[in-house]
Order: sequence, then structure tokens, then C-alpha cells
Amino acid sequence: MKIALCVKQVPDTSDIKWTENNTMQRDGVESIINPYDVYALEQALKLKKELNAEITVFTMGPLQAADMLRDTIAVGADKGILISDKKFAGADTYATGKTISAAIKKELPDFDLILCGQFAIDGDTAQTGPCIASLLDIPQLTYVREINDCNDNILTATRVLDDGIETVKVQLPALLCILKSDFEPQRALINGIIKAQNAEIKTVSLDNLGLNPEDAGIKGSPTYVSKAFRPEVKHGGEKFFCLENREGAEILYGKIKEIGVLNG
Amino acid sequence: MGNGILLYAEVTRQSYIHTVFFELANKACELSAKLNNAPVMAVLFTKPGMMEDYKEGFTNSGIDKVFVFEDEKFSKYSTEIYTKLITELVKEIEPDIFLIGATNQGRDLAPRVSSTLKTGLTADCIELDINEKGMLAATRPTFGGQLMATILCKTKPQMATVRPKVFKPAFDINYKNTEFIYRPAENLTDRVELVDFVQGLNDTLNELDSAEIIVAGGKGMKGEEGFKILKELADALGGTVGATRGAVDMGYAPHTIQIGQTGKTVTPKLYIACAISGAIQHTVGITGSEHIFCINNDPNAPIFDVSDTGIVGDVFEVVPKLIEMLKTP
Repeated sequence: MKIALCVKQVPDTSDIKWTENNTMQRDGVESIINPYDVYALEQALKLKKELNAEITVFTMGPLQAADMLRDTIAVGADKGILISDKKFAGADTYATGKTISAAIKKELPDFDLILCGQFAIDGDTAQTGPCIASLLDIPQLTYVREINDCNDNILTATRVLDDGIETVKVQLPALLCILKSDFEPQRALINGIIKAQNAEIKTVSLDNLGLNPEDAGIKGSPTYVSKAFRPEVKHGGEKFFCLENREGAEILYGKIKEIGVLNG
Repeated sequence: MGNGILLYAEVTRQSYIHTVFFELANKACELSAKLNNAPVMAVLFTKPGMMEDYKEGFTNSGIDKVFVFEDEKFSKYSTEIYTKLITELVKEIEPDIFLIGATNQGRDLAPRVSSTLKTGLTADCIELDINEKGMLAATRPTFGGQLMATILCKTKPQMATVRPKVFKPAFDINYKNTEFIYRPAENLTDRVELVDFVQGLNDTLNELDSAEIIVAGGKGMKGEEGFKILKELADALGGTVGATRGAVDMGYAPHTIQIGQTGKTVTPKLYIACAISGAIQHTVGITGSEHIFCINNDPNAPIFDVSDTGIVGDVFEVVPKLIEMLKTP
């Protein structure tokens, strides 16, 4: 079984700083692997253990994203493909999906399964996964918490939705978007780290993929940002130091009544 | 040529039209007025025998035309089949704008449709407008809610998914002589099969989305016992319980009720933060709340900076007293 795992390097959104003109300070913000992609990696490692699956990790990003690929190899992934080219810059979800699907088609044409995280914490669009599936014309399962079973090219998975839990079967090849699940994250073992250090990370460019410059990056993106701004902070109100806890409860009770959220 | 605004009328598993559709309808009528009264249309998939129940909803919410796909198969949602039929319809009627609710189903379907149509899609919008050039200006939160981005689309249809509960629904306010157009649905194959569905096990997620009042706890609730007190307060208020990642990691609460960067983003009328310090990873998920109250024994906790009303005190004292007051008629 061959798995293509798509991961994204994202800024740690808990660590964002702002300039005086309310623009985001991008320098010096730590980059991390998107937390949801870690859950996708976990599902891939489970399949590796059970079915001897081979995991090729794809990421699109700057050259320093190679370090993140090495981190995935250190915990058990087999290969890393870095999709990197200045011409990919400014890509929206469609252009990103197009580039990543071209890379998978070229580097792992006989894949059985593509795994992605459900969301990336920076953009939070949840669109790139379905976009890749659509462009490769394979079925997709979104909101997957767990892969239950996989044999004879049929995969069974659990989807967690707002109204309940589905068990679904899908024909492979397919793409799955993985949600958060309960697990203990894998730790890199010393021989994993050594393997990661020595692993060759293949870098592929626009030309390698045979893509047209008009189809990639900002040029290949149907959408563009016309304006970005910080939302107004509307809170930051009164602070009551209450010597008696009863007093605190009374203040809250009064405020709850005041804003009129209680029925009846 | 302006060919109007198309809306996806999501039918829920319980066979009613999702309220987000009526919210979209209201907004679409407003956008239509800025587009020389371009028609507002809907596309709907349903099992047979339901249309009589649905019709009034469309005629009362300003919809000019509804494209109906009716088949036994449509008693359950299918990504592939719906995508195929919708993309064929869109290629034929060429709408300028196509809006879909940002529900589980909508966020599964929309990117599949937009990629097939090779057009742009803006995810999970909280504001829509028409700019001076007549383009759809879709605004959405990004970077965990810390930045808002207004996004335009160069291609047609300009697509967006829209977060439920941000626009008011258009019930009974905009009457139209709606035309219902039945479309054929043939040769439908699907590579995904639904084996089983268990309803409501995951109710808490659903409740956080729709709750008007959320009582949330952090690590300072000290354990599951602490969360029982919060549940009691939530019950007394007619609300539901949420938790921080810290509390979930400690095993005090299930991760299905986790709020914040790696959990849910919530927009209740009232959010009561109990023993929550207010790390940015948590607060990014709550700042869309109408009112935020907090109780914390540390007066320097950052949660006070995002709260309208903050009580410096012991949750284990304040909350039970508050419950008592709420229960006293």
C-alpha cells in the first residue's frame, strides 16, 4: 500500500505579533507542522504498522520546510517530497491543489491513499484536500476521525459530523481529510533521527512538474485578497474584585439578566 | 451578462431544509438589489414526496427559481453525485455567484464543485458584499480569527461558503412566485457507501455551534467534578458546556467540547469563562461571542482583557451561588 501524506508548515498562530500599522509580523514567527496534519501522519503510521504501507510525505512551501519533512521521517515516514518554487508563491487553495495533485501524479502515480489534515490552522479553509481529490478524480472522505479497516481496496472509516457519527466504505484510491483523534504522539527514536538526517528530500519545481506558470502561484489563483485587517477588539470591560463570593455571583446574576439571554 | 445568484439548499438528514439556507436567501436578496435585481436561485436534492413541504420555504424567502433533483438516491448526501449534477447545472445556467452554507456538508461539497468548475472559493465567510465593480467581496476570519481577509474571485461563478448563524434568516419576509424546475438525474454512481450512522453521540459539537449560552472551564476546574458544577450552571441557564485544551488534555472534559485554535470557534450570545486563564489559543475561538464574562482568582489573568465583566474570585464558591440564584424563582 502506498500512501501520499500532505502536510503544511504553518506559522504558530498562538505566536503572532503585530506591527504598529496592524499588519502581521511574519519574521521571527515560529513555523510548526499544522497540528491536524500530525493526526493524518498518525493514521498513516498506523497503516504502516498494520499493512506495511509506504509513506511519502508531500509539502508545498519554502526550502526550510524540508526540516518538517525530516521530522516526519524521524517518526516513521519513508520519503519526503518538497514542492518548492518561487513561482508557487501566493497560491490560493485551487492553485495549491493543482500543484500538489500534479506532484502526486508525477512522484507517486500508483498511490492507494492520500491523507491530509482536515484544516490548516493558518488559513482554516479545509479546501485543499477536496480540491486535490477532485483534480485527481478520486473519492474523498472529509471529517475522518479514524481508519477502521482496509483490505481489498476497500477502506472503512469513521467520520465525525455535527449531527452524529458515520461509518463509511470507500473504494481506493481515495483521499481522506483527518480530524483530531485521541492518541499519544509518536516520538522519534534515535535511529529514526539518524535516518531522517541522512534521508534525501527530493525538491520538485514548476518545471519538474510540467506545469504552466499561468496555472500556479498567484497567477493560477482564481481568488485574491483585496483587503486584510484586524478584527476590532470589542471586549475588555469591567473587573470586579469581590471580597465576598456571594457578591461576585450577584454581579454576574445581574449582568446575565441585563443582557436578556434568559428565557422567560 | 448577469445570470444571478445560486444558493445550495441543504437538506438535513431529518429531511428539513437547513436554516443556513434561509440565512443565505436573506443575504442573497440584499446582494441582488445591488446587482440590478439579478435573480436568486436555489438548487435542491430531495427524495420523492417532499417538495410540497418545501415549496413554501422558497416562495417565502425571495427565491425566483428552484432547480430540483428528485430521486430515492437523494435521501442521503453524496459528494460525487451532487458535485456532478451541480457542476452540469452551473455550466448551463452560468450564475455569477454561488453560495453554500459552511456546514459539514457544504464544506465537503463546495471545494469539490469549485475545483471541477475551475473557479475560486472563499471558505467560511462571515460577511458578503458587492464591491464597486459588481464583484462579490467575501470576508472571512483567518489565522485563528486574528486577521480578517476580504477576498475577491476573478472567475465565475464566484463561490463562497458562509458560516451559519451570521445572517438573519429570511422567513416570511420576501414573497416570490417561485418557479420550480425539475431536473433529470440519471446514471449516478458513487464510490463511497454509507454503512452506518449513529445520531447524536456527538451532540455536544452540535450544541456548541448553536448554543446561545456557553459555560466553559479551564484547567483550574481541577477535574471532572469541577465540570459537573459547570454543567449544572449551563443547565440552569439553558446553555451548554465547553472546555479549554488544557482541561481536555488533563482528561477533565472530552475533546469534542474543546474550544479554541485546535477546537471549535464559537459565537454564543453569552460566554462564561470559568477558571480559564485566557491563552490566545483559547480566546481566538471565543472573541466572536456577543458577551464574555469570566470568573478567575488571578486578577492578572489575560482572560480579563477580553471579558466584558470579570469577577476576581473562586469559581468553586461563585458558581454554586450563581446556580442557587438562578434556580430561585
